[in-house]
Amino acid sequence: MEFIKPGINIDFIGKRKFAFIFSATMIILTLFLLIWRGGPNYGVDFSGGVLIQVKLDQKRTPSEIRGALKPVRLQDSIIQEFGEKGQFEHLIRVMETDIELSGLSDQVEKALIQAFGQGVEMRRVEMVGPKVGKDLRQKALFAIFYAILFIAIYISGRFELKWVMSIVMALCLAFVVYITSSLGMSVTWLIFLAIMVTLGLCWYLKLKYAMGAIIALVHDVTITMGIFALTDREISLSIIAAFLTIVGYSLNDTIIVFDRIRENLRRFRRRPFEENMNTSINETLSRTILTSTTTLVVVLTLFILGGAVIHDFAFAILIGVFVGTYSSIFVASPILLIWESTFTNNVEDKSRISK
Amino acid sequence: MSKNLGWRGAISLFAVIIGCLYLIPSITSDLPAWWSNILPRDKIHLGLDLQGGMHLVLEVQSLKAVESHLERVIEEMKTDLRKNKIRYLGLEREGTESISLTLIREKDGDTFKDFAEINYPDFEVESTLNNEGQPEFHLAFLPKAKARIIKMAVEQALETIRNRIDQFGVSEPDIRPQENNRLLIQLPGIKDPKRAIELIGKTALLEFKLVDEENSVEEALKGDIPPGDEILYQVKIDQKTGQKKKIPFLLKRRTLLTGEYLTDARVQIDNQYNEPYVSLSFDSRGARLFSQITGKNIKKRLAIVLDNKVNSAPVIQDKISGGRAQITGRFSMDEAKDLAIVLRAGALPAPVKIIEERTVGPSLGKDSIEKGFTSMLIGGVVVILFMMIYYNLSGIIADIALLLNILFIMAGLAFFAATLTLPGIAGIILTIGMSVDANVLIFERIREELRLGKTPRAAIEGGYSKALVTILDAQVTTLIAALVLFQFGTGPVRGFAVTLSIGILASLFTAIFLTRVIFDFLYIQRGMKKIRI
Repeated sequence: MEFIKPGINIDFIGKRKFAFIFSATMIILTLFLLIWRGGPNYGVDFSGGVLIQVKLDQKRTPSEIRGALKPVRLQDSIIQEFGEKGQFEHLIRVMETDIELSGLSDQVEKALIQAFGQGVEMRRVEMVGPKVGKDLRQKALFAIFYAILFIAIYISGRFELKWVMSIVMALCLAFVVYITSSLGMSVTWLIFLAIMVTLGLCWYLKLKYAMGAIIALVHDVTITMGIFALTDREISLSIIAAFLTIVGYSLNDTIIVFDRIRENLRRFRRRPFEENMNTSINETLSRTILTSTTTLVVVLTLFILGGAVIHDFAFAILIGVFVGTYSSIFVASPILLIWESTFTNNVEDKSRISK
Repeated sequence: MSKNLGWRGAISLFAVIIGCLYLIPSITSDLPAWWSNILPRDKIHLGLDLQGGMHLVLEVQSLKAVESHLERVIEEMKTDLRKNKIRYLGLEREGTESISLTLIREKDGDTFKDFAEINYPDFEVESTLNNEGQPEFHLAFLPKAKARIIKMAVEQALETIRNRIDQFGVSEPDIRPQENNRLLIQLPGIKDPKRAIELIGKTALLEFKLVDEENSVEEALKGDIPPGDEILYQVKIDQKTGQKKKIPFLLKRRTLLTGEYLTDARVQIDNQYNEPYVSLSFDSRGARLFSQITGKNIKKRLAIVLDNKVNSAPVIQDKISGGRAQITGRFSMDEAKDLAIVLRAGALPAPVKIIEERTVGPSLGKDSIEKGFTSMLIGGVVVILFMMIYYNLSGIIADIALLLNILFIMAGLAFFAATLTLPGIAGIILTIGMSVDANVLIFERIREELRLGKTPRAAIEGGYSKALVTILDAQVTTLIAALVLFQFGTGPVRGFAVTLSIGILASLFTAIFLTRVIFDFLYIQRGMKKIRI
């Protein structure tokens, strides 16, 4: 059985203008949303505070719950319905970190029992003090930074077979870290700088595959974050883990397409670059669609059946798989094309590049 | 390659058997006696988010420990000065940095300087003469010594808390130090998190102080506290109204006896009121001190102070030489038991502050496991069916690889004594999706080779060799992400990184090695003619 017939030839490259516009719009939308909201929606892990998952024995509105919390002066907490209907579970989120957080869950339980009777069950409590919140933020950002570092090294070495270049890149990035940390800049800037330096180095050292891959990765994570902001979901530690997984997965996909492109370029030197690219994508299409589908199916079951606690995590990976596949075809490859047409000055080669 | 089929088959079979061996303890609890001696017997550890329990991070307020240490040094110094008949004017602690001292007679200056340099090596001694010709000393606490005290405080806090938790009775507690004077405590399956927190966080400093009978409490409350005295409160809860009342006591600040000298603390029931109380037993030194104190102060009141709150202040009727005392109060049985535990385990060298607390109730834990495994089952079944339909017989081979992957991941967790968390289950589910990837890569290549007209054996050979590099590449990138997550992640995220990493390695093994063995067996050994793919 075959979904994708062998001789398939969809003109992906031809449609790249649409793809660019679409991607650009999504990214601008994301940046806009993030700036408008004043940053991503941090969960307790990163902003500190208390998160309580409580199960009641009948339906209560958020305002009733707020009323119940008045005696402990927590009526301004954020209250959300959680989980399946009919389970009457709610999330209570206390944002302040300057009150005495320890023992708070106790007070909340007592207040709720006072108002609603004994059928109150504290399913889960997460309390993060401000110091720990800051620590976790640092850790998460360093994780992202090191992931970028190692991936940059790996891609350069693997694709361009320029291992020396990758060591150079690693040293440059290490230097950047040193400078930014001695200047006391925050880790967010560090990451931004790292990405810029990596891309700059790719440009300078002519590592075109690496550049395409990295731009695709940044594209994927940004859009996923944007969708999180759009649907007002919280960014917690496990979501960061999801992001890194998406990075790994998207790269996975991109590498497979790039490998095929290189193979075809070697075999069919006479053919125009565009044609080679299109053929490569079409050839790997079968495999791409299949793996994406199987991974999607599996993550979809987790999304639907896995319960509310893992729900956001599954959502992130779901989006990531979609966007990751999309970016390998419509972002990474066209960037190679742009590179070729921009940089190849050779008269012979120019004849191979169509407008 | 086909020549080594025998070896390769044996290795594959061996791997599967080892996998099963590591997995069996997690499935059944009844292992025959002979099993435990050589074969693995650890169940898979479940994370707190799956079994329920509490995760605490405490910060030891180490500066308080430094303060207490400096106060103790000051007491020692007072005794030394008295012994050597050196009269002094001011002897104070300056924050956590130094001690200042002013002597009255100039000639004592040199005596003290020599004395200090020998007996107080942790300090850097500087002396000047003030305007009245009196020697002023500034003893700066050396940074090395300070660091030592802080380190000891954290270690002692760790031991004390470990002691308390051991007595409390939690199965498999995990208590370990972290950087920045922090302690990590994990208590799986705990039923009463409130009690545990109380137990852990209580400083439990027991002190005996004399009540100042000469001066009046009311005068002192107005702001005029006599030198060497302090005001501490007793908190009483009115039986009928449940209201708290704070009763002030004027006490002599000097601590006569502390909980250090306790050998035992037990819960007893008072015959008259049927209420529990805690009975204390002192060691021989403590008993002697206690007997001295009570002997010298008959008819005066001795306050029993617990964590700077007055518990009771009974009148000393007689000299007590048996080395026993009692702590009473309106305790519930649990409260009395917990107090006995903390007194037995000892006081914390410095207060601890809870900076992170995550508690998962057991019902949620159970729910999470059920939901996680259901998703895995259903997702797995869908993928298995799909592979069978899409790739025919070869699909079944891929399915076998998939099932073995899951086996290897679980066995890997048991082998490394790693913890399975809810994100970890998600990681297994992801691996199901991704392991299919490797097989798909190989199968698609095989299909291509067949289309080019190659024989089954050549197609298999070509498919595997051409796909190999791409498979390795693809899995390595996800592995990099997993390793970074492992390094920087905490708890549940680490669990995810572990299952993802093991899953990737397992799927590399099954996709490249194991399925090839099966293919070769079928098409070379058994000589099947047409590849059903």
